[in-house]
Amino acid sequence: MNIEDIGFETINLGHGSGGELTKILLDKIIFTTFSNPFLDQKHDGSIVKFNGKIAISTDSFVITPIFFKGGDIGSLAVHGTVNDVAMCGGIPKYLSLAFIIEEGLKVSEFIQIVQSIKKTADESGVLIITGDTKVVERGKGDKIFINTTGFGEIHPKANISVHNIKEGDKILVNGLIAQHGMAIMSEREGLQFESNIESDSTNLNFLVQDLLDQFGGKIKLFRDPTRGGLGTVLHEIANDISKGVFLKEEFIPLERQVAAGCEMLGLDPMYVANEGVFLVIVDPSVVTEVLALMKNHEKGKNAALIGEITSEHPNKVVMQSLIGGKRIVSPLVGEQLPRIC
Amino acid sequence: MKYLNEYRNFEATKKVLDEIHKITTSRWNIMEICGGQTHSLVKNGILELLPEKVRMIHGPGCPVCVTPLNLIDKAIELLEQGVIVCSFGDMIRVPGSKKSLLEAKALGGDLRILYSPIEAVSIAKQNPDKEVVFFAVGFETTAPANALSVLHAEKEGINNYSILASHVLVPPAMEAILDDELCSIDGFLAAGHVCAIMGIQEYYPLVDKYKIPIIVTGFEPLDLVQGIYMAVKQLEEGNYKLENQYARIVKEHGNEAAIDIIKKVFEVGNREWRGIGEIPNSGYIIKEAYRKYDAESKFNICYIKVPENSNCIAGEILKGIKKPNQCNQFSKTCKPANPLGAPMVSSEGACAAYYHFSNNLID
Repeated sequence: MNIEDIGFETINLGHGSGGELTKILLDKIIFTTFSNPFLDQKHDGSIVKFNGKIAISTDSFVITPIFFKGGDIGSLAVHGTVNDVAMCGGIPKYLSLAFIIEEGLKVSEFIQIVQSIKKTADESGVLIITGDTKVVERGKGDKIFINTTGFGEIHPKANISVHNIKEGDKILVNGLIAQHGMAIMSEREGLQFESNIESDSTNLNFLVQDLLDQFGGKIKLFRDPTRGGLGTVLHEIANDISKGVFLKEEFIPLERQVAAGCEMLGLDPMYVANEGVFLVIVDPSVVTEVLALMKNHEKGKNAALIGEITSEHPNKVVMQSLIGGKRIVSPLVGEQLPRIC
Repeated sequence: MKYLNEYRNFEATKKVLDEIHKITTSRWNIMEICGGQTHSLVKNGILELLPEKVRMIHGPGCPVCVTPLNLIDKAIELLEQGVIVCSFGDMIRVPGSKKSLLEAKALGGDLRILYSPIEAVSIAKQNPDKEVVFFAVGFETTAPANALSVLHAEKEGINNYSILASHVLVPPAMEAILDDELCSIDGFLAAGHVCAIMGIQEYYPLVDKYKIPIIVTGFEPLDLVQGIYMAVKQLEEGNYKLENQYARIVKEHGNEAAIDIIKKVFEVGNREWRGIGEIPNSGYIIKEAYRKYDAESKFNICYIKVPENSNCIAGEILKGIKKPNQCNQFSKTCKPANPLGAPMVSSEGACAAYYHFSNNLID
């Protein structure tokens, strides 16, 4: 797709009017890129067939900056929703895709995002089957917002529910935490903090599917700790099941540069956002095999057993520190704020 | 990180903790001055690893906590007047008398969260038609950078930049705490970062006057247990000396270049401490020669003194008279999402440390 063929360099209000300009935008960029039997109908929506139960999840993406090391708002919009469907035990198949564009966005940037969405959707095995494009006045958006909704059939062996969790169940993560949040921090203006940290944004559905194929009902829960980080999600789980979560700090996978960045900025990696990390809570009888499978998978090379469910301290997450002391891990309240000195 | 890991080492820390257990025979109350130290003690679970007889009392070294209510209100008023207000992140959620800076931002104020005041000078340069104010709070640690921003603005001829300054000093606060009749402190861990700037000389007179051990201490678990060990050892032996546990960072005369910059822009004057009140000669005020960079003189900010929330015992917390979990409101009406006072908000506040990390609250 050449920018010259599009005929305009920036997106304006007219492109969201529903008229001729909208048609150009859709025909030349959206339909060309995402062409598939569902979308090619150019109807108001798509009709799809599912067998049995389906998982549906929706998410909106409002990230600044829109391009960052390891991804962009487009890849994030696919990964985020694909992963949420997978966390439910679903096998993601279809996505809806809706843009809210602030007028003035460069068409070249829009094309870059759309192509990134296409590439990420292909890699994740999902089709874009319906969508929407709106344009808002300058100052009423932040370049571009994206909403995606994902649909996937529930894996036949899946029985994912927080209520299946029992005392003694083990908690694993698939990889290094806090990568995404720190990658974004390092690219925000005004922080004078540069690094090579890349976002971990990736699709987790194939690893999840492998785990379900192999271990079925022994897998009690999947959760991806995106905003609020690992600490907040574990706290939610402890509260949902009225049991305790016990962690050991030394087992939490944290890359050196990310750890150093968190130290410098005064942030706790337990609350920093992730986009390619998920927690698995499993029956203790399969923990070794689950860990082995994860470590052998491309998306789980740094997998680790980080803790377990306990009947002690219900509703609380307790972490043993590196020096052997204990602390609670409370949920994140607002945004993590950098400290003064 | 290698450096940090050495100071978070299980065996090394345990060895010192074992020594503390071995030498402790009497009850000792030791105050760590800095909120960063408080957080490290609680977050690493050190408090429960100490002998029962060694009690840590949490000090006033939380810049956000001691910044007067009226100054937060003034920053909010500037924001509402259309001034670009720049602040360290930690400050923005602290409740003023009506709202916080964060709430004022949501209502349309142009609030920028920065790591360095020098950035604020750049913002002033990029926005010549706007006034830019940096909310310059903190102890001796942040004073050099704040002073430097003023010198930077002067050098560049930037006239739309000023600072709303509330700098406080550690030694006068220690004296105020020791002079309080309810004070039960036997020894201090002085704040390592403050001493990295100022050196340690100002603490000798305190040691002599109050006959109390002062250990200049760092922030990592091993630093803290070493500092506690040095204090307990002196107390058990009946000594009172100034010792420097944090010698890898803190030099006798501090950072002389930084001190020169502070002295150029600031002079010592009386300061109000939130929760504690006015302490003579306990802070920095902007010198006459730099008054045009003083936001309080530059802007006509009308101000009505508003009382603190009467249910908040922040003053007693900051003076170490009470611990956060001895407050009736703690974790009930006062939580980080809805704080009554600043110590529940700041990442260096004792109440927030207890709320977020304290293992005492497991049951």
